[in-house]
Amino acid sequence: MTPFWIATIGTSVIAFALKYSGHSVPEKWLSHPKIQRVNALIPIALLSALVAVQSFSEKSKLMIDQRLVGLTVAIITLLLKAPFPVVVLSAALSSAAVYNWL
Amino acid sequence: MSVSLTVGAYGVAFGAAAVANGFTILQSCLLSLLTFSGASQFAVIGVLGAGGSAISGIATASLLGVRNALYGVIMAPRLKVHGFKRVIAAQVTIDESTGVALGQEVRGVDEMRKGFWYTGIGVFVFWNLFTLAGALGAQAMGDIRAFGLDSAVPAAFLGLVWPRLTGNFERVLAVGCAVFAIVMTPILPAGLPIIATAFIAINVGLKR
Repeated sequence: MTPFWIATIGTSVIAFALKYSGHSVPEKWLSHPKIQRVNALIPIALLSALVAVQSFSEKSKLMIDQRLVGLTVAIITLLLKAPFPVVVLSAALSSAAVYNWL
Repeated sequence: MSVSLTVGAYGVAFGAAAVANGFTILQSCLLSLLTFSGASQFAVIGVLGAGGSAISGIATASLLGVRNALYGVIMAPRLKVHGFKRVIAAQVTIDESTGVALGQEVRGVDEMRKGFWYTGIGVFVFWNLFTLAGALGAQAMGDIRAFGLDSAVPAAFLGLVWPRLTGNFERVLAVGCAVFAIVMTPILPAGLPIIATAFIAINVGLKR
């Protein structure tokens, strides 16, 4: 089995187990304020790290390329409160333009 | 309408990004059908695409999936479903369905249930159709950089994290974790710099 299959199946099984457990455990187990607090912060940490790694690295090497332009455009459109499809499309188009014509 | 369009855009971006990161069309579609949680799906393809191991990918995705368990805790007493219906309810317990349900709280529990089911099932259908479209599209593209797909993925992550940056504390954490991950990337095996930031979040969350 390739790592891609292991990841696909493993992620799916755990994702469902987490969802189902939430529907099945007593409410008091998971409603502690500290758990709520940590739960709000984990996505912020992981997603920010993913933005950074996906923008500035390739395999374990750091690099700056057309993705910097895409990221900058994404930040600008988000600051302008653009809807999500506009954010992604603007980032992709600007990055593609730099890659193809510069 | 705007929810469908947004979900569609995310779905296309996910399908395309999954294929671009080395997943097959079948694997991409299975992730959307079975995992069905946007951030977790993007995380697992992101980690493997960056050369990380399956374990790192699964761990990162699962840490992001913990919040769905907490949504389940909120929704279960309101839905009151058992057996097969509970299985379906669990599968469609995501940001959108829980968010819409909680938005209906003032209108009573029936409206909450309606909001949860309509949104959950609707997003599920759209998300899976658009994943397939994106995966097929990326397969046809060849060099994904020529289409800007390499920038679409970080932009999608940024779009996911942006609404969560509600205060200065959250913004400092976000920037700190981004910098930490970059600095650690040449040093640690791929995937670990990302997972490590979850422990930063747990640490500061417990101390605060």
